[in-house]
Amino acid sequence: MFHIYCPHCAEYREEDEFHAKGQAHIARPLDPDNCSDAQWGNYMYFRPNPKGLRHEIWYHSAGCRKFFNMTRDTVTYEIKEVYLIGEKPQFTADAH
Amino acid sequence: MQHYSGFGLLKHSLTHHENWQRVWRNPTPKKHYDVIIVGGGGHGLATAYYLAKVHGITNIAVLEKGWLGGGNTARNTTIVRSNYLWDESARLYEHAMKLWEGLSQDLNYNVMFSQRGVYHTCHTLQDMRSNERLVHANALQGIDNEMLDADQVQKEIPAIDCSPNARYPIMGASVQRRGGNARHDAVAWGYARGADALGVDLIQQCEVVDMVIENNIVKGVNTKQHGVIKADRVGCVTAGNSSTLAKMAGFDLPLESHPLQALVSEPIKPVLDCVVMSNHVHGYVSQSDKGDLVIGAGIDGYTGYGQRGSYPTIEHTIQAIIEMFPIFSRVRMNRQWGGIVDTTADACPIISDTPVGGLFFNCGWGTGGFKATPGSGHVFAATLAEGKAHPLAEPFSMFRFHNGKLIDEHGAAGVAH
Repeated sequence: MFHIYCPHCAEYREEDEFHAKGQAHIARPLDPDNCSDAQWGNYMYFRPNPKGLRHEIWYHSAGCRKFFNMTRDTVTYEIKEVYLIGEKPQFTADAH
Repeated sequence: MQHYSGFGLLKHSLTHHENWQRVWRNPTPKKHYDVIIVGGGGHGLATAYYLAKVHGITNIAVLEKGWLGGGNTARNTTIVRSNYLWDESARLYEHAMKLWEGLSQDLNYNVMFSQRGVYHTCHTLQDMRSNERLVHANALQGIDNEMLDADQVQKEIPAIDCSPNARYPIMGASVQRRGGNARHDAVAWGYARGADALGVDLIQQCEVVDMVIENNIVKGVNTKQHGVIKADRVGCVTAGNSSTLAKMAGFDLPLESHPLQALVSEPIKPVLDCVVMSNHVHGYVSQSDKGDLVIGAGIDGYTGYGQRGSYPTIEHTIQAIIEMFPIFSRVRMNRQWGGIVDTTADACPIISDTPVGGLFFNCGWGTGGFKATPGSGHVFAATLAEGKAHPLAEPFSMFRFHNGKLIDEHGAAGVAH
């Protein structure tokens, strides 16, 4: 089980309280109306799905109900850091 | 290939079963193949078998980084059914079902396919309505599926709790009587043996580390143990690791890899002679021939490649099973494990050409690939042989995520698929 530090609550809580919400920092196309189908499809569905470091969004659903970011290793499951929405990650080697 | 029969068993018993032929060779790879299949699980081995058998292409290698059938083929809960909602997927899974029905004879290998019936229990009015819709859709597709009320469910599955006192009382169920279980390892071994006999090289302990691509056309693969092996066409059938292979070829796939856990109990006397799945309380259970209860549910919510998941998911799974079968509450669990499943946004697989010429992917089966093994191999073999999608595979192109023609199977796939 993950023991996750919620940056809003400033406390470690159990994984049950959280939901993983997918990859973080996906840039929305600046001009969606003029995207090709391929560009829009890539934005919507295509993911690097990395084996290693990954930046992702988590939601403290049974707690403060706020979103935050996490950098996590998808092989060892080690949580490298949590950081607020809008902030930049410190761990980026091999990460997408 | 040594033919298996009752007479052969008797004959070999006279020599204490010491003279059985090895089931497949262990060849060193050639420099060049017509087709390389990356991934020696059920789907990959089935692809090789049908390529050799149906299309006469025998200069094939199957490259497997571990051992044959050691990934999700060894880790799934062996459920087989074909009662999907949409025509595209129902056709594909029914194609597989028809192959399952003759598979042991075809392979001369007992895959222990047992059509014991797969029940989907309904716990709410909405459950009843969705399953009735599914039953009607299946009727139009020519696939067997029928509705039962709670009394019938109780009669057919004595161990289940259909009483109104349950927290989520069972109101009825749909049942596909042609559905059931097969012996997962035997499927991989049967296909491996069949493919090997037709001349396919099965190369174990051979990990692909890069793709050889010239002018956007695949020329072969680079392996850790045997260096570059050339090929005219490459088919990747690597489940949870498909994104890693696609990255080597320079593109992304619409996939995310999640852990999917399963567990088995200690062996107990026969108590459950069918497969029971519940989308509402979220779990599924059957009893193996050995007597252990085989239990599973949904994926862990986070992505991961670690072939393990979190305890809350196991707890949730067990809660669902105990909800339906209070009689199992004292059964002890023996083993628990995880596999890495590659999920798509529409819960349907990808059987597809790619942006790279000669390179094909068969992936995205998510939580429900085992049941499709024969059909998946059959249509992917045709796709590799012809260089374009088999008619049943056409709707499952990866480019449906560009043109928007998704096949939303989340309803029929539910939990557990």
